[in-house]
Amino acid sequence: MENFFEQVLNGLQLGFVYALIALGYTMVYGIIKLINFAHGDVFMVGAFLGFFGFTNWGLTIIPAALLAMVICAMLGVTIERIAYRPLRYAPRIAALISALGVSLFLEYFSSLKFVFGPNYRVVQAPIREVSWEILGISMTNVQVVIMVVVISLLIALQYLVYRTKIGMAMRTVSFDHDAARLMGVNVDTTISITFAIGSALAAAGGVLFTLAYPQIFPFMGIMPGLKAFTAAVLGGIGIMPGAVLGAMIMGQVEILTAAFLSSQLKDAIAFAILILVLLVRPTGILGKTGPEKV
Amino acid sequence: MRFSKYAVVLLVLMLGLALVVAGCGKQEAPKTEAPKTEAPAPAKKVVKIGFIGPLTGDVKTFGESTKNGFLLALEQAGFKAGDYEIEYVIADDRNDPTEAVNVATKLVSQDKVQAIIGSVTSKATIPISEVTNKAGVVQITSTATNPRVTVDDGKRKEFVFRACFIDPFQGLVGARFALNDLKAKTAAILYDQGNDYTKGLAEVFKTNFEAGGGKVVAYEAYSKDDVDFSATLTKIARLNPDVLYLPDYYQKVSLIGKQARAKGIKAPFLGGDGWDSDELDFATMEGGYFTNHYSPEDTRPIVVQWVKDYQAKYGAVPDALATLSYDATKILLAAIAKANSNDPVAIRDAVKSISASVVSGDITFDENGNPIKSAAILQIKDGKQKFITSVNP
Repeated sequence: MENFFEQVLNGLQLGFVYALIALGYTMVYGIIKLINFAHGDVFMVGAFLGFFGFTNWGLTIIPAALLAMVICAMLGVTIERIAYRPLRYAPRIAALISALGVSLFLEYFSSLKFVFGPNYRVVQAPIREVSWEILGISMTNVQVVIMVVVISLLIALQYLVYRTKIGMAMRTVSFDHDAARLMGVNVDTTISITFAIGSALAAAGGVLFTLAYPQIFPFMGIMPGLKAFTAAVLGGIGIMPGAVLGAMIMGQVEILTAAFLSSQLKDAIAFAILILVLLVRPTGILGKTGPEKV
Repeated sequence: MRFSKYAVVLLVLMLGLALVVAGCGKQEAPKTEAPKTEAPAPAKKVVKIGFIGPLTGDVKTFGESTKNGFLLALEQAGFKAGDYEIEYVIADDRNDPTEAVNVATKLVSQDKVQAIIGSVTSKATIPISEVTNKAGVVQITSTATNPRVTVDDGKRKEFVFRACFIDPFQGLVGARFALNDLKAKTAAILYDQGNDYTKGLAEVFKTNFEAGGGKVVAYEAYSKDDVDFSATLTKIARLNPDVLYLPDYYQKVSLIGKQARAKGIKAPFLGGDGWDSDELDFATMEGGYFTNHYSPEDTRPIVVQWVKDYQAKYGAVPDALATLSYDATKILLAAIAKANSNDPVAIRDAVKSISASVVSGDITFDENGNPIKSAAILQIKDGKQKFITSVNP
């Protein structure tokens, strides 16, 4: 039984990291109906910036994470400005291809020698890892840090979206661009802010990721990005609580399958669940059913 | 108007292509000056050797060491073997099977090499061996340990050889060492299911460990992109094995090792030659053992001389990868000298019957192109590699 709880804890750790990335996917989809494939790579840039922060620039963990979040927020806004805004009224497939292009660009540009370089780097964690044994469950301070940080970010995000003016603007734009504009909402600014927030969350995810899995390289964003995207779809893309729920399910399924069935099956089962859920509920677990407006 | 716009785009594309082609052309003619214009005089006697290794990517230190060993061997031979001058071409496979086939095809069909040294890992070398064997180009890999490099489905690839012992031998040595020296009764194994090298070591270790009376309590797979091993390691921590066998490369085992210690696994780690890198996380892997091809602490004169030469040129102690690459190149050069020909078939026959004394031991080849020689066991101790013992086949 302790084994089971410890595995659940492992699953929570993984799920929380996925959740931070999944939120970025879902926010952007919610507001401009675009699957931002470059999001996983923004996560990678965040991880590298965090790494440079606490190894090369001598920052402690919190300033390093904040710096990574700020720079990634700017990166996200720039990506939107250059690659997506000119295509906003083009067919949706054009923006999607553009997103794939940005993703590949970030991966291969970061692989260049004078940027991050193509090699794996080992991150010397800025905090000493300590593990405790509580009621037979072993648990590390890194796990605690990840959970505390992610939960506080989620609360802050919830506040921002439902209790502030900019959050209201975001919700309005996600309903209807034209109507929002008629109501005096600056649609472009709102979309930029959405990208900034989503990218900052991805950067936070990247920095936390390096704490738990201290190894980074330019293609590290692909797999977590894919899993987080799956989580967002599973929960119902465009719906924020759905992204978190989906991420938690993905994390638990992966860990529990590896723990109690077979480590070879974990990805197979995680994706099989996605397919089953989508067969029954095409819009995801929390997705709204009903005709989709085009 | 529109047409001319396309024409401009087309022109730019063509120019770009021309640049790329010109760039490739430059790479093709390395070191030695281009042969003089088509005079009727007999053509210069030249053997062209290709080198393939992962110079970037997840195991780049392997590629760098391997390249160093290759170049030093050529340099010491004065870029000559028998009556033939040696030219070389260097290619990077990024430890990617697809890329490996691309560069091997380029070396064979465009650069027209007669022999290839490379690559480093089994996963890149197996696809390359298909290309070289089909084209009839001699290939000696320095460190690809999987049996399938030289034999596929019981069919010998006649042109392919290696300078290192094979996975079954490493797995066997590892299992014996765990049973006899570490007195282990139970073992847990973690391997990459998509990687021939780690799978091969894991399978052979398991068979031999069980045959020797040990019990394998966990035999778990992961895939290349995995970074979270918490589920498997939590499970293994409960089973409390006497030894944890991690037959993967240095990056991955460092990551797994760290998480294993965080999950409270106290057992010593055991691994294969994939650990041999300066970028191994020495603090995490402290106390672990691994099987390897050679140790710089060996006192045979040939080893001492090699360590000295390598240090003089590169300012570092040669690791096994540099050593094996040096050995592989030496064997190839000796074979070219013996055959005194640039015909790949003659070179191949010379390699087959060679009997050489190289740094990693006295080498002869068995009928499958595998060398017969001894293995070393090393320990990670105080942040360094320490020679423990050497094991004969």
